[in-house]
Amino acid sequence: MGVKKFVVGNFYDENVLFPAVKKVRRAGYKIHDVFTPFPIHGLDKAMGLKDTSLHVAGFIYGITGTTTAVSFITWALTIDWQVNFGGKPFFSLPAWIPITFELTVLFAAVGMVLTFCWLCQLAPFIKKDHFNPRSTDDTFVMAIECTDKTNEADAVAFLNSVGATEVSVQYRETGWWLGRYDQDTVKYGKKIEAA
Amino acid sequence: MSLLRYESQVRPPIVDGSKDYHQVTEDICAPVEAKPTKAWWIGFIISVALLLFGVVSIVVEVIYGTGQWNLNKTIGWGWDITNFVWWVGIGHAGTLISAILLLFRQGWRTGVNRAAEAMTIFAVMCAGQFPIWHMGRVWDAFFVLPYPNTRGPLWVNFNSPLLWDVFAISTYFTVSLLFWYSGLLPDLATLRDRAKLKWRKMFYGLAAFGWTGSTKHWQRHEALSLVLAGLSTPLVLSVHTIVSFDFATSVIPGWHTTIFPPYFVAGAVFSGFAMVQTLLLITRKVLGLKDYITIEHIEVMNKVIVLTGSIVGIAYLTELFMAWYSHVGYEWFAFKENRVNLSSPYGWSYWIMMGCNVLSPQVFWSKKLRRNLLLTFFMSILVNIGMWFERFVIIVTSLYRDYLPSSWSTYYTPTIWEIGFYMGTFGLFFVCYFLFSKFFPVIAIAEIKHILKKNGDNWKEGYNKEEGQNYDEFAHDNVHHDDHH
Repeated sequence: MGVKKFVVGNFYDENVLFPAVKKVRRAGYKIHDVFTPFPIHGLDKAMGLKDTSLHVAGFIYGITGTTTAVSFITWALTIDWQVNFGGKPFFSLPAWIPITFELTVLFAAVGMVLTFCWLCQLAPFIKKDHFNPRSTDDTFVMAIECTDKTNEADAVAFLNSVGATEVSVQYRETGWWLGRYDQDTVKYGKKIEAA
Repeated sequence: MSLLRYESQVRPPIVDGSKDYHQVTEDICAPVEAKPTKAWWIGFIISVALLLFGVVSIVVEVIYGTGQWNLNKTIGWGWDITNFVWWVGIGHAGTLISAILLLFRQGWRTGVNRAAEAMTIFAVMCAGQFPIWHMGRVWDAFFVLPYPNTRGPLWVNFNSPLLWDVFAISTYFTVSLLFWYSGLLPDLATLRDRAKLKWRKMFYGLAAFGWTGSTKHWQRHEALSLVLAGLSTPLVLSVHTIVSFDFATSVIPGWHTTIFPPYFVAGAVFSGFAMVQTLLLITRKVLGLKDYITIEHIEVMNKVIVLTGSIVGIAYLTELFMAWYSHVGYEWFAFKENRVNLSSPYGWSYWIMMGCNVLSPQVFWSKKLRRNLLLTFFMSILVNIGMWFERFVIIVTSLYRDYLPSSWSTYYTPTIWEIGFYMGTFGLFFVCYFLFSKFFPVIAIAEIKHILKKNGDNWKEGYNKEEGQNYDEFAHDNVHHDDHH
């Protein structure tokens, strides 16, 4: 398994973090990720991340729910087993609106949450590494991925110059994000030796 | 940045005290990480006792049948369906706070949404018990699901409001649970990363799903929350609308009215906010979270209570007027003789309803009284008593006198097992709430941090300078001209 090298710096203020993200990108470094304790609006744009298309997925799931409800009820009550309810037509669409609506919402919600978990690779027992456990408390943690061309010392110095504190170099196995809570995985904040 | 964060001093701060991000984490995690207090144990044990009473009541009902309840020939629905509608209604405030107020960008919701959403889920769990055990032969409960069966297959009646209810309540429960839990993930990760004990690392490691706070994940999380809020908003309106259809689509005098859907939804929000007040007044005191659930939060919720209480009041008067104006003899009789007439067998329940729901919330027109915690607590209980009686009035006073005087029923009083079942759902509700408040953060940590620099007390003070500036100075100081894009 390969090992990647990261230069990691901590920020304590959004007003420092935003310009820093711009400068780091402008200098040509590859930002692996910025870990924050709460959503910071505009940070995704500043980092150059594309918009998510989760909404579109939600819409498709919703439409699937609508079609499922209408087609199933139509088939059950007009084709498979016709029952005369108080002399009303077999195809009584207005009476099916409540269930159609509920299934639309149910499909959209369940589908979106599952897609969200899949995209972010979130599930019970999954262990991931975010370089500094304080990034779920009060610290914004920026990790710069070192490529073949990156000069480690320069990157550390640069990150310090844009306002990061406690800048360190850390190594991570590729594929660690799918690791599990067992003895083989690296505990939070611990470094592993370069291969 | 500071321009984006600026908010007028006209709005009071919604996080009190001098806080930074770390202090927010410390404050909200403290009750979760501390040992349970004596008060917690006492409350928990009482709740478990109530729950056991409920279990015994249900066991008796299952063994001997619904004959153990005092339901009779015309009163086929009594306490059970009253309690069902009451609990479903209570759940509505949670979704209103978490979804509708999110869409309306109401910052104050962040202090109370997590607990209110939990309340929604527990209330819906309690509500679901009543129709299920009311079936009598509960082992056949799965008959309500449309599955291929050997009876034809004979499908369920998709045209029936009772089946709509099955879909509405189960969808509502599922969506509320997903909304609540996806919001909890970042906060559980905070607890995981602070955990010192082994079982805590295990438990929160499992529960947090490996959340890291990656920017991309936050971007998706925000999109998910927004769409779930957008879905929950019509959903919550649909749920109580469908519950009201259980009554409104029938031909029983007192039920057969078109005003029911909006009237039920307003009543649901009304009773739900009252329950949120009851829970949060205790929670903020016991867990020491007065800086996050401030007097401002209490006051805003009291404003919602007086608004929805007045809507409910108008609905009561409108249906009374329509009963008279419609010239339908049965309808007018149901209102005039079964409800308004104080000397009729159930006249007292109508006037308890009117007193608790329409008259008493009017005290909240006074700002001083809205900010009185003791009165708020008292009122929150009173409103829920009133809202319970609303459902009792609708169900029992419409059913106990049928079209034929010969089938008018005898006076309906619940048996001990009906009362026990109701008490049992209180047990279930509070057992869940006590466990939630012990093991989960009762306030959304990440969301509080998100609004802290805009709405926090100490941060708002920093804007005094901007408040005194004229526009040109303000723009000069705050707008950054960046040539690089």
